Amino acid sequence: MTTKEVRTLLSQIPDPEIPVISIEELGILRDVNFINDECVITITPTYSGCPAMKAIEQDIVALLKENGIEKVKVKSVFSPAWTTDWLTEIAKEKLRKYGISPPDKTTSDKSVLTGIQKTVKCPRCSSENTELVSQFGSTACKALYKCKDCLEPFDLFKCH
Amino acid sequence: MEKHLFNYLLRLADSSLIIGHRLSEWCGHGPVLEEDIALTNISLDFVGRANSLYEYAGKIEEKGRTEDDLAYLRNEREFFNNLLAEQPNGDYAQTILRQYLTDAFEIHFYEALTKSKDETIAGIAAKSLKEIQYHLRHSSSWMLRLGDGTEESNRRLQNALNEIYRFTGSLFETDDNDSALTAAGIVPDLSVIQQLWQKDVDTMLEKAMLKKPENVWMQKGNLQGRHTEHLGYILAEMQSVHRAYPGVKW
Repeated sequence: MTTKEVRTLLSQIPDPEIPVISIEELGILRDVNFINDECVITITPTYSGCPAMKAIEQDIVALLKENGIEKVKVKSVFSPAWTTDWLTEIAKEKLRKYGISPPDKTTSDKSVLTGIQKTVKCPRCSSENTELVSQFGSTACKALYKCKDCLEPFDLFKCH
Repeated sequence: MEKHLFNYLLRLADSSLIIGHRLSEWCGHGPVLEEDIALTNISLDFVGRANSLYEYAGKIEEKGRTEDDLAYLRNEREFFNNLLAEQPNGDYAQTILRQYLTDAFEIHFYEALTKSKDETIAGIAAKSLKEIQYHLRHSSSWMLRLGDGTEESNRRLQNALNEIYRFTGSLFETDDNDSALTAAGIVPDLSVIQQLWQKDVDTMLEKAMLKKPENVWMQKGNLQGRHTEHLGYILAEMQSVHRAYPGVKW
């Protein structure tokens, strides 16, 4: 199998917490390499303590084994630090449909970096009349919001 | 130099692990659901960071010690975390204050570490800095809410300040081990960080209607492995499973 084929194969693996997008679309899958006869996969966490990393590692090893690749090493790197800019437009649309408001583009504006977006759109009714309930949501990468028009609570994928 | 770097990494990792563990004690006990989730999220960031730092420390040491060995198989006198990190959660005011004082330090410290000449450290710092910005925003907003809140919330926050301010000196403690690393551009000069920290903290205390304790004797000793009595209890709880089942893994 070529590195490209391995990458295509791995792009089927969904994120364990947000199964509508793959680890490839989320930007967690960084690199695929063959070193001698060992397949080395490089991944990067969204947040340092992301508990999904272990599950992702196991999913990668299991899927490659099923496809005949026995020697696998999964390496986790921090640099360059993961950013929401790596999410494709398609991935953002998938998030929105799933009920998670996608992140804006990152800028050097500190207020954006700390999680305050100027307008956060409700993923259900598209209203911009929303309010922050908590900066920390159901997973480390999300904040909790509430729509003041349709009254639904929803997650915002934090701009990071 | 490797020995110095190993010692320094242990200090950073220990401080992250111990405050991370403290925050995890709030799991299921937060005053409101959102805060329960917030503190455990923040806890995960700290424990995750500790994991990366221990892993790198183990690599530098070249004795084959893993991150689990370093976290679970050392005793109290072999831990070098700052004394603030190990202070008990107390009431919510004390937890918030301990966190704010830590975050206000880390925002400057880790920003400086992103410029480290050691690439691995710079990488971990860049990752952490993004997270610290959230932590600081969270703890700052609660400092204002509690300090400038009711008479009772202000009293509790002031009590916490009077109780734990004396441990903040240990954030900036430094010894001969560090000077070589600072000279090599691997770690920042803590006296510079201290000035930035003090300025931010003074501004915050004023905004939060708090009175800074005066003539405080700063407790130190963590660089020699001397701690307040609280650390032993944390380690006893944190390490018990690993010691009862040697080599156990998640």
